[in-house]
Amino acid sequence: MSLEARVELRLGQLALEVELAVATGELVVLLGPNGAGKTTLLRALAGLVALDRGRVALDGQVLEDAATGDWVPTERRPIGFVFQDYLLFPHLSALENVAFGLRARGVGRDEARRRAAAWLERVGLAGQAGARPRALSGGQAQRVALARAMVADPRLLLLDEPLAALDAATRTEVRRDLRRHLASFDGTRLLVTHDPLEAMALADRLVILEGGRVTQTGGPAEVSARPRSRYVAELVGVNLFRGRAAGPAVELGAGGVLVTAGDHDGEVYAAVHPHAVSLHRHRPEGTPRNVWAGTADTLDVVGDRVRVRVAGPVPIVAEVTPAAASELRLADGGPVWASVKATEVTVYPA
Amino acid sequence: MPALFAVPAAVAVAFLAVPLLGLLGRTPWGSIAAELATPRVLEALRLSLVCSLGAVAVSVVLGVPLAFLLARVEFPGRNLVRALTTLPMVLPPVVGGVALLLAFGRRGLAGQWLDQWFGITLPFTTAGAILAEAFVAMPFLVISTEAGLRAMDRRFEDAAATLGAGRWLTFRRVTLPLIAPSLFAGIALCWARALGEFGATITFAGNLPGVTQTMPLAVYIALETDLEAAIALSLVLLAISLVVLVALRDRWFPTA
Repeated sequence: MSLEARVELRLGQLALEVELAVATGELVVLLGPNGAGKTTLLRALAGLVALDRGRVALDGQVLEDAATGDWVPTERRPIGFVFQDYLLFPHLSALENVAFGLRARGVGRDEARRRAAAWLERVGLAGQAGARPRALSGGQAQRVALARAMVADPRLLLLDEPLAALDAATRTEVRRDLRRHLASFDGTRLLVTHDPLEAMALADRLVILEGGRVTQTGGPAEVSARPRSRYVAELVGVNLFRGRAAGPAVELGAGGVLVTAGDHDGEVYAAVHPHAVSLHRHRPEGTPRNVWAGTADTLDVVGDRVRVRVAGPVPIVAEVTPAAASELRLADGGPVWASVKATEVTVYPA
Repeated sequence: MPALFAVPAAVAVAFLAVPLLGLLGRTPWGSIAAELATPRVLEALRLSLVCSLGAVAVSVVLGVPLAFLLARVEFPGRNLVRALTTLPMVLPPVVGGVALLLAFGRRGLAGQWLDQWFGITLPFTTAGAILAEAFVAMPFLVISTEAGLRAMDRRFEDAAATLGAGRWLTFRRVTLPLIAPSLFAGIALCWARALGEFGATITFAGNLPGVTQTMPLAVYIALETDLEAAIALSLVLLAISLVVLVALRDRWFPTA
């Protein structure tokens, strides 16, 4: 019982080629940069975009099979869809918006209103039942959209950037509620976002989508510890290198060598956390096995730390205290030495 | 520069306003109620309402589906169809009347079959007057509705589909309400145009009091015999135009 999908389609510049399996009860978050095809993938699963090739099956029922021509139209798929900008019907009240799906599926008027009202109550909007979407705040509209998608008990819930339209202040609160409502849903859940924080906070499992393809999948902890693409590495703020390992040494594809603590063989990724990178005015003595000369390129303040991008034979990002940054006179863009202990390098097969 | 433009602009305003003042100045305010209550005028009023509303009904029933196809479906010759749809807007109405006569007249292209098979004759009947008005007025409805359909966010229809609504339900409960402002504007324009229609009606349907003599025709005839009745009828038409204008002001003149 689950979603099993193989989606292949071309739409303008985008060439989508994705295999995806989501277990019932699992919350999978699709994370990827803009234009990666996340929304298109959701639309394809909903039947709003036709597949060129592939197959979509939900709980064993084939929703679409390009090979056989089987196709269940959107309105007969057991899905709920939360759109990025909600798409609440502007001419209907919050209650009528939530009741719409029930009415369309043949539920009687009174019964539909009763169930819609119960859902509005559940998302804390009993008082806004008669309000038009225009009169709702962003957070309220998001809740109405969620209630509208969930009221008819779909078996697959698709959420497209459900928090993107909210300002930072409301987002935290709405995210907490969303998490709670999603937890109460026992079908299959697939959420799309480009916000790593949202992804980490909500996901049972992450699927990273880049350029129409899945580049990595795994639990949030695993993905952030072992990124497999530059996009993910930058999201989680890790230095990512790719190279060929022979014993403890990794020959980097872009030039240079990284010495690690273990023994590896073949193509590998090597990840180094910025806080594990030390910076020095002069060439450091002692234990660090990786030492490069470079110049401090750009400085960014992140919380109470300073992120320094060091340009050199092995470009790397370091995180230091503001005191250290000023002591090293990094703002002048002068020469600097970067060092990384071999034990701080995480190596995993590519 | 502003001074240079002010003079012709003032002339333009005067040019538009003076005829109205002329009409209002000559209006026999004291006897206008009596003028409007004469059987002949009442008959023209009634007929105008019947014909113009009939023309609006024909335009809605045929024009909205046409607008939908023009806006949503790629089909060969779509641009040609759109051009054809708008043709009556630029065609002299009298030419439209002649064309209708040749098509739906008793010996016309389609008219002979209507006559033979169904015993229907259109020229010089009220139905013919409705047809003539619809021919001239329908483009306004089609164009306004098509523009509304093109401007609306179609993802609302996607949202309806994900909520289990089929195409027909989606059209009724989502698409139509969302384009309602454009549709109403189209209906208002269509109605105003049908109400004022003269050339096509008199050519195709003639000028039979009580059958095809609508208000504009009655005004024209009255001008020769009973000037005060002509003025009274004109005033009614003017008042209706103003009402349409006021009803559509938010659409045409958004308050800046």
